[in-house]
Amino acid sequence: MNRLTIEEFGNDVCDVQPHTLEDYESDIPRWCKGCGDHGVLLNLQQLLLDERIEPENVVAVSGIGCSSRLPHYLRAYGFHGVHGRALPISLGVKLARPDLNVITVMGDGDCFSIGAGHWLHTLRYNVNILVLVLDNGIYALTKKQASPTSPQGTVSNTSPFGSYLQSLNPLSLMLGISNMSFLAQSATWLPTHMEATMRKAWDHKGLSFVRILQRCPVYMPDQFGVGSDLSWSFLEDENGIAVDPALTRRAVVKQHNPRDLKAAQQVALRESPSPMGLLYWNPDLPTYEEVRHSHAPALEQDEFLRRLDDLMDKYTVHSNAGAI
Amino acid sequence: MSEIRKIRLAEHIVEIVSDSGEGAQKAANTFAEACAMMGNGLWTVEVIPSEIQPPPHTTGATSGNRIRLADHAVTNAGDLAHLVLAFNEMSLLSRIEADALAEDVIVVIDNKWANDPELSIQKSYAEVLDDVRARGGTVIEIPMEEETLKLIEDPRRGKNMFAVGLLAFIYARDIEVFDRIITKTFRTKSEGVRQQNIELLRRGFEYAEKHIDFQFEITPQPSEVSQMVMNGNTAIALGSIAAGFKLCSMYPITPATSASHILSEIFENFGGIVHQAEDEIAAIGAALGGYYSGVPSLTITSGPGMALKTEFQGLAVMTETPMVIVDVQRGGPSTGLPTKIEQSDLLHALYGAPGDAPKIVISPSTIEECFHVMTTARKLAEEFRIPVIVLSDANLATGQQLFPRPEITVDSLAPPMDQNPVAPGSLPFDWDETTGLSQRTIPGQPGGMSVTTGLNHSKDGKVKYDYESNQHSHRMRSRKLATLKHALKPPPLFGDPNAGLLLVGWGSTRGAIEEAVERAMAQGIPVASMNIQFLSPLPPGLKEIFERFQKVMTVELNYSDEWGDPLIDEETRRYSQLATVLRSQTLVDVDCFSRVPARPFMPKEIHEVIVRECGRLALPGQPSADVSSSTTQA
Repeated sequence: MNRLTIEEFGNDVCDVQPHTLEDYESDIPRWCKGCGDHGVLLNLQQLLLDERIEPENVVAVSGIGCSSRLPHYLRAYGFHGVHGRALPISLGVKLARPDLNVITVMGDGDCFSIGAGHWLHTLRYNVNILVLVLDNGIYALTKKQASPTSPQGTVSNTSPFGSYLQSLNPLSLMLGISNMSFLAQSATWLPTHMEATMRKAWDHKGLSFVRILQRCPVYMPDQFGVGSDLSWSFLEDENGIAVDPALTRRAVVKQHNPRDLKAAQQVALRESPSPMGLLYWNPDLPTYEEVRHSHAPALEQDEFLRRLDDLMDKYTVHSNAGAI
Repeated sequence: MSEIRKIRLAEHIVEIVSDSGEGAQKAANTFAEACAMMGNGLWTVEVIPSEIQPPPHTTGATSGNRIRLADHAVTNAGDLAHLVLAFNEMSLLSRIEADALAEDVIVVIDNKWANDPELSIQKSYAEVLDDVRARGGTVIEIPMEEETLKLIEDPRRGKNMFAVGLLAFIYARDIEVFDRIITKTFRTKSEGVRQQNIELLRRGFEYAEKHIDFQFEITPQPSEVSQMVMNGNTAIALGSIAAGFKLCSMYPITPATSASHILSEIFENFGGIVHQAEDEIAAIGAALGGYYSGVPSLTITSGPGMALKTEFQGLAVMTETPMVIVDVQRGGPSTGLPTKIEQSDLLHALYGAPGDAPKIVISPSTIEECFHVMTTARKLAEEFRIPVIVLSDANLATGQQLFPRPEITVDSLAPPMDQNPVAPGSLPFDWDETTGLSQRTIPGQPGGMSVTTGLNHSKDGKVKYDYESNQHSHRMRSRKLATLKHALKPPPLFGDPNAGLLLVGWGSTRGAIEEAVERAMAQGIPVASMNIQFLSPLPPGLKEIFERFQKVMTVELNYSDEWGDPLIDEETRRYSQLATVLRSQTLVDVDCFSRVPARPFMPKEIHEVIVRECGRLALPGQPSADVSSSTTQA
């Protein structure tokens, strides 16, 4: 018997045209030269291609900001919403249509500032979505205002004498939220690591939160230091994200068990270098949509009408013949 | 008592009030249900304490219900109560202070307070009752607690059923009916509890039989058609299920939440989900995400929540995503009066959201309409790719009314979600140049991929910044309202179409307005009224209708400045909300009578307005009185 590979079966028997990267491309991205967003988009397109996800089954939801333009450049069902509110929309999509693949893309201001309430709560709901926060520590689209993750002292248009506050540490904050199930961090200048991180996130069933550090070439060209000043650390584990040996020569590598929440919290509290890798991973938590749908199975029309009839009976006044 | 006077009445308004937690509402619901089962017309309104655990034996602790029962259909809560059954004198006093009782009210009250160990209570009991008598009321003191204690240990668990028994006699109710109701109401309790309650009720009935020498007969009119009884929030909940919604995303807010409570209990049984979000904005966001993905979704809120949801409403308009928002209006502004009715969100519903964001706004005026409006809202939201705001209010939310049971068939249900491949070359915003309507694609449909954005865009969904594109997209979204308006009919007139005065209302004031009109007509005063259900778009023909009358005025429960107040004249007067809209749309000098009394209008209040205004109108051959700048306005 002639055994077919899945590709052969798809192409020859089902006459399904193999996808190419082009099938996931929409408009030409309008991001600045040198912006890390280009790399994120490419990784995402490659990931969807490799996972054989049909574009029509992808919903990409974003807020407002440079990074939130991503749905315009991905050939999928994109929803470019309002500032800070991508997560509620994503939750709604996934809750209504658990069959769809939902990707949420936000910037640091969108997620950690105006969207903070939704950020904390959506993590706890643990809907099975991929969440990418492209953190460049600045509001770039609105032309340079300090964001919660801007380093203290950042000179911006609303802080011309330097920003006043210590920057927010979103990692330690997230690791304090009950029911959260996946937290990883990477950077756009670590393309292999970023790709591996996104794949790991994709494979996780639950809310996969990935913070991707990036440096805005226009407004924050000196962030993270210059040239060889740049230091970083990696988390390593058999369940973690593979680290390129070439990079480890200049970086601190720490063994970290991502199943260990307390260890993760300790790691997250380290100010700098902010660790790259899989901080926390709990594959055993149920997702919100599976819990909700398990109690609300869809009905056939006849059964629906019958139950509706029963329900209305409860409110129907059965009139009393022979009243006064 | 040997001779029982039987007094036939067309209607009576009964209030049952007690301290919060003593069961007045259960008593009232039991009594009301019996009246409904026997075939009386019915309208009930809750009396709600403002705190969860107010101090007992105070006016702030009052909880209960008003029941208006009649030998005809009832459309509103009526004027002043004719009979009050009070568990203590402070509950009674709270109703006196609310100006809810007739001067010649009949008070049936538990007399245990007459000999209460607390002298201050004895004193207040005596004083309140003396006051009632002095003003022409009748007081019937009944040892309710004493009698209840003969059967059970804790009077709080049975006095209310005894009280129902008293009323059952006074209103000549069929006692067997109550047995059936109690069995149903206490179905989750033990047989012993059920029997006890049935017995308590019978004892109340027998006590009244022995000690009360009159009965009221209010002839029921049993209906051929099956009737349902429920409050407006329940109607919205059930109507949402029947309409085919599958996701209700909400955040708790008074007085909307009970609709979500009911859905929370039953929706899953129909494949639906109630999602409680972290805030109002997340609630509408999830509903938007749900509907964008093809699943009919709604969100339910009140005034303050509407304010928070405004940006998302604009996003729904711009992205042409169907959306249904139910706003159960309450007293404003700001936190206002959470449990009290007001019709205060009309302008917000119409114009809230940045830029030009046309939406559909509908207001049900009866509890029956609360049920059916949900199907209308869903269909319009989907057909027009637009948010539909349903304006209900605290009165409809908690009031109960009888209405014919709807027939739900396969045709009423939502169509299955379209997942067919989209024809090549299809555009996500393929506007029909005449109607502004377009076909939306739903995630999952092959070939329909596109980006949906809140930025200005052209037919293909791509961002555009130029004049022509922006003008065109506005034109298309606005056109939808004109398209819908063409499908609407002018609202019918109630009363005399040849009268000089036309009253215009919206929402739940309809019943009181129409009753006032009926009263005036019966006195020989011609007057007409109109109820507007579609607030956006308005129904057609209004200007033409208004111009047939000498005077048009709205009657609304929201704020307007009153003629005659200092500094208030034609320059400064702020009109009520519907009047503002009608004036701008029709250019007719529509006046308004509006108040924010934290309760529904009584028909008599509107009747007073009719009499006053008609008195000022020109009779044939005489010049009209100058209405607008009069300083003798009442």
